[in-house]
Amino acid sequence: MLPLGLALLLLTAAAAADPRGTAAPAALARLAAEDPAGGAAHEERGGEHHHGGGYRVVQWEWSYVQTPYIIAVWLLLASAAKILFHFSQRFTTVVPESCMLILLGLVLGGVVLIASKKQLYQLEPALFFLFLLPTIVGDAGYFMPARLFFDNLGAILMYAVVGTLWNAFCTGFCLYAAKLLGVIDGRVQADLMDFLLFGALISAVDPVAVLAVFEEVHINEMLFIIVFGESLLNDAVTVVLYKVYISFVEVGPENVQTADYFKGVASFLIVSIGGTLVGLVFAVLLGFITRFTKKVRIIEPLFVFLLVYLAYLTAELFSLSAILSMTFCGIGANKYVEANISQKSRTTVKYTMKTLASIAETIIFIFLGISAVDKSKWAWDTGLVSCTLVFIFVFRAVGVVGQTWVLNRFRLVPLEKIDQVVMSYGGLRGAVAFALVVLLDAEKVKAKDYFVATTIVVVFFTVMFQGLTIKPLVKWLKVPRSTNRKPTINEEIHERAFDHILTAVEDIAGLQGYHHWRDKWEQFDKNYLSKLLLRKSVYRKSELWEAYQKINIRDAISVIDQGGNVLTSARLSLPSMASRASFPEVTNVTNYLRENGSGVCLDLQVIDNVPGAKVEEDTETHHVLAGNLYKPRRRYQSHYSRHFMPLGEQERQDREVFQRNMRRRMETFKSTRYKRHKKERSLKKRRGSDVKEEGGDKPRRNVSWQDKDPVVVPVEPEVDKAEHSDPEKEEDVGITFVARKAETPKQRPKSVPAALEVCPSPPAEPGPPPGGDNHLPWKGSVGSPPPCVSLEATKIIPVDLQQAWNQSISSLESVSSPPAPPEAVHPRVSALFRLGGPRPASYTPPGSVAGSTTSIAAQVLQSSFCFPEKKKKTNLEEDDEEEEMGGGASQEMRPLMSPSKIPGALPPPPPPPPPGSGRRRNPCVYLRSLVAAPPPGSTEPPSRGPTQL
Amino acid sequence: MGSRASTLLREEEIEEIKKETGFSHSQITRLYSRFTSLDKGENGTLSREDFQRIPELAINPLGDRIINAFFPDGEDQVNFRGFMRTLAHFRPVEDNEKNKNLSNTEPLNSRTNKLHFAFQLYDLDRDDKISRDELLQVLRMMVGVNISDEQLGSIADRTIQEADTNGDGCISFTEFIKVLEKVDVEQKMSIRFLH
Repeated sequence: MLPLGLALLLLTAAAAADPRGTAAPAALARLAAEDPAGGAAHEERGGEHHHGGGYRVVQWEWSYVQTPYIIAVWLLLASAAKILFHFSQRFTTVVPESCMLILLGLVLGGVVLIASKKQLYQLEPALFFLFLLPTIVGDAGYFMPARLFFDNLGAILMYAVVGTLWNAFCTGFCLYAAKLLGVIDGRVQADLMDFLLFGALISAVDPVAVLAVFEEVHINEMLFIIVFGESLLNDAVTVVLYKVYISFVEVGPENVQTADYFKGVASFLIVSIGGTLVGLVFAVLLGFITRFTKKVRIIEPLFVFLLVYLAYLTAELFSLSAILSMTFCGIGANKYVEANISQKSRTTVKYTMKTLASIAETIIFIFLGISAVDKSKWAWDTGLVSCTLVFIFVFRAVGVVGQTWVLNRFRLVPLEKIDQVVMSYGGLRGAVAFALVVLLDAEKVKAKDYFVATTIVVVFFTVMFQGLTIKPLVKWLKVPRSTNRKPTINEEIHERAFDHILTAVEDIAGLQGYHHWRDKWEQFDKNYLSKLLLRKSVYRKSELWEAYQKINIRDAISVIDQGGNVLTSARLSLPSMASRASFPEVTNVTNYLRENGSGVCLDLQVIDNVPGAKVEEDTETHHVLAGNLYKPRRRYQSHYSRHFMPLGEQERQDREVFQRNMRRRMETFKSTRYKRHKKERSLKKRRGSDVKEEGGDKPRRNVSWQDKDPVVVPVEPEVDKAEHSDPEKEEDVGITFVARKAETPKQRPKSVPAALEVCPSPPAEPGPPPGGDNHLPWKGSVGSPPPCVSLEATKIIPVDLQQAWNQSISSLESVSSPPAPPEAVHPRVSALFRLGGPRPASYTPPGSVAGSTTSIAAQVLQSSFCFPEKKKKTNLEEDDEEEEMGGGASQEMRPLMSPSKIPGALPPPPPPPPPGSGRRRNPCVYLRSLVAAPPPGSTEPPSRGPTQL
Repeated sequence: MGSRASTLLREEEIEEIKKETGFSHSQITRLYSRFTSLDKGENGTLSREDFQRIPELAINPLGDRIINAFFPDGEDQVNFRGFMRTLAHFRPVEDNEKNKNLSNTEPLNSRTNKLHFAFQLYDLDRDDKISRDELLQVLRMMVGVNISDEQLGSIADRTIQEADTNGDGCISFTEFIKVLEKVDVEQKMSIRFLH
């Protein structure tokens, strides 16, 4: 802190020493005021230059850079201060950052005061309302967990409106009473209106303070959202009360007519509803614009910032509630924007918003501290200060208890006594109150100085004392804390099921009241809004698949980073499994994850708070699920559904489910009641929904990833070629199914032994990892090829081929079961040949093909066993290599059977190259290369080559 | 209609249901009127068809599973008692009940019972285990066609692996409870029945 102080001292000194009379460095917000002076100084200096004559090599251009320089130094100071605070982990867990910042501000203020004899800096209302506050509110609104927010909207509104009104009136009247009773000194020249005005501005819970304090407490989400939501939504009340009273004070209380009170009420409605509407309009605009930014991804984030900020400014422009406007703009737009913009833009938005909000918060608290050190402002009256402190605390508590009592009659989850204590205690006042009080006109409000001093004390007391003690209090009361953990897959799935269940039960019980409006809204959203605001994501599926691939990439990377040949361990535990064991966090993985994190989090600090690799990965899966799970009607709103809402999703889902249900019912109807379940299942099987014919019954837990993926890949090349005629069709599920199934068993034998035997057979062991990993879908994700092709590929393979494949596999299974490496390979190949399976040729006899040549050979060879149609597909964006092969290939299917082919694309079937020694150390490198290399076809040959060598 | 329904329901019956399910008197009469309006056959019981006639259920992915949950094994009719017994699973847990009922038999809306209800939706063959197969079926019901079988399979595998502690490749009810222990089931499996 000392260096900071020194720096500031220097700066101040420099400014003061400026001979040209730029009186002092302008405070951030005083720029405008000082502009003329600065300009004058500039001219003056220009003149001086001429006097000096000649050209000076080095010039002192302070006045030129002054403003931005000072701003930058301030920001630097604030940021550096944060670093300092976080040096000691233990310290920061006890003392909230906001307290430290205020203290620092006090110290800096003292330094400035000593250096220049008067306070140069203070929290300027204009600066605060136009720049600092919007960054924080924007961040809060945009990342507001919408579902949580709307679930508790009733409570939030109640506290925000009724609670704030209650606080304002009670505080105002009681202060006035205290004044009449003589508790407050006579020097405080204020009458009822003044006190009501003061009560209005001091009664509002402050979003900045609440955020700063509560996010460190990690209180449970519901409590947090209620307090924080209240602090945001009470803005309208505060604004209106403030304005109404100001006008009353100006007019004089005696001139206030009854009509004015009604105007006040009307004004409240206009300010709040108008603000909300402005926000929603901008939300729609924002969503609509981001629909078309596909070609200009780079400025996507800018649109988000600009429009959200414009929502704020526009509301200010019409003197509506700017905070409401911005909050609702953020909440409303989030879903559509997140779905529209790219992942990188999402990250950018998140980072930038968090950065800005964090720095704004820092500055606010520092300046609060600095502002307090200002002799001119202090007009202390003990009576006023103590009365205010007592009143706001008491009325807050009483208000909370009273409102909660009412609310609990309607809430599914009642607010417990403990919650009420925390809510009462969490009624923090902050910078908004301060800025408002500073804005008062000293001419009209005689007691302004007293009010300012009191406000400062109140703010400091609530932020520092309550902020400091709320954590122990929460601990002591055993308030449920937020777990700060993302749901596991199980929770995700089961909770979704819960929602379906609840919806169904509500329907059965004939209850519609609670979710009825929400349902209507969802319908509207699906039918109109989403259509209007969401990009027609043509590549929806592929993007989904990509998200899924990311998980696999991370799995692979982190597995390797753990130095583990995890795949060989008997019990395969991928980090993404969210196993109970905690994996050491490896830096680069962590970084990677951070880049991709896209959770919803209000916590300004939390961006760093990556819980761990597995959790993040799970999240990705969740996105896959979230995008695809049928949404119970009541949940359409959830903030989760940000991925790809297709047009008419709602109808599609309904139709699908309906058809399915009907089909099932038909089946049920036909069959005897007894067999119902069986029937159903068999029906399902037929439809290909289960992968189980053979696989399902076998224990497959550890193997799941490996055996599946390889299967997909091999098929890929052929599919593209054979298929591109109907690229996106998914109708023929049945076929898909078979293909996969057939191959699954084959793969398993390979990987299972590998997994179980730790080391005995080198070749076999290394084999599975590369083989499996090669084909992991994610390999494609890095590169250009849209992964979706692989899916289709599976489906396209003709059934007869699959059968052949199947047979070959089964034969393989029998042969390859013994661990002996060379045998396993050769027999397999021969078996394949014998059977004439489509891909047998893939295997390269050990040693026959080396490194670089492999790939070429593979390409050439591969072409031979492509399906005839493959040629057409050249334009597919798939792997270039595969396309090449396709193009050059002969068109017959026969070649498939011929042993001579050594398709590179067949990697899965061919067991890993025999030489085990070289392989062993490789997996890491190997996997990495896989990750880096785009197309499956191309990837494998090169990567394998080195290994073989 | 409500008045007619309540007259059809005898007081002692209401009392019994009240005792068994914890619903209040007005809730019971309200639900009874719903019950009778669903009962197209007017024979005092509901059949599957009666349930299937509810339009919203036809578009609920788990609709039929839930309907099945209303029918104890081997029956195809459910009377009002059974109807209420099932609905009682979704009554919110109230504070005073938490303590009061510790000694008595477990109330229908206890956490365990709520979970068991959900568990049964997966566990078709009633072997107290969710096999991969059963999980896949439910998953398939809950997702759109956009998700491929491979993906779904992986997800199912992962789900099972995550939950499966004893390595049998299935999720037992104990494991099911365990894996959801951090979830606020009491809240997420509760509905506010109007008073």
